[in-house]
Amino acid sequence: MSVIVNFLIGFFVLAGAFLCLIATFGVIRLPDVYTRNHAASKATTLGVMSILLGTFLYFYAFLDHFNSRLILGFVFIFMTSPVSGHLINRAAYNSGIKLWDRSVRDDLKEYNEQVLKKDKL
Amino acid sequence: MAFQILLNIFLAFLWMFIKVSADPISFIKGYLFGLLIIFVLRRFFKSRFYLFRIWSFVKLTLIFFRELILSNIAIVKIVLKPKLDMSPGIFALETDLTEDWQITLLSSLITLTPGTLVISVSDDNKILFVHAMDIGEIETEISNIKNTFERAILEVSR
Repeated sequence: MSVIVNFLIGFFVLAGAFLCLIATFGVIRLPDVYTRNHAASKATTLGVMSILLGTFLYFYAFLDHFNSRLILGFVFIFMTSPVSGHLINRAAYNSGIKLWDRSVRDDLKEYNEQVLKKDKL
Repeated sequence: MAFQILLNIFLAFLWMFIKVSADPISFIKGYLFGLLIIFVLRRFFKSRFYLFRIWSFVKLTLIFFRELILSNIAIVKIVLKPKLDMSPGIFALETDLTEDWQITLLSSLITLTPGTLVISVSDDNKILFVHAMDIGEIETEISNIKNTFERAILEVSR
């Protein structure tokens, strides 16, 4: 039993650290704000969540201490990080940061132009 | 739904008063009996029996986690690929959802799906603008989102 728990703790902490590392590589490598945000907002969410889960399991299994704050932190990160990704993207778009030159289409631009035309009329 | 839960708690207290015992065990017993009574009388309520709704909320949470794990695998694949050969873009997605909380939930679900990130919501709450990492087949992507997430959210609010 304790071997399985040991394995799980190690797996969660290592997988979380690996995902955070991948997110960092993504932020360095990818070409523009939007694609970087993909890497940063998704991979670090799961990374930090699984590190928290591993920590929780460790304290629960070896020190017999149920730390509910780790669970709360887990839930809060899960709820807030997609929203923060969305807000950074939106702020970047509204302040006129261009997409990568190899981007294919941009429906939002057309929509904004239509709205502007309507306002002028 | 809130009314049904309140009624259920009231029935549990009624049970405790009938049994003249104020311990948590009898509260739980009374709650279960009240659940049975509400289930039997479910056709007198406007909304459906509330355990069904809680069950669909649990399903929605499971979908959230599955999508989170899948999207992380996709991100790892893209970042570790030696060549950057994706073609990003922004597409418009029309939703049937009307309430604010439903749209918030849908946009955070989309943000956690593989390769998509919400950029903006139009002023009349009808169109979501989604930035996609790889804009290969938009139609299938849109129908996927519609079939899984929108249906799950509608299931919760029904």
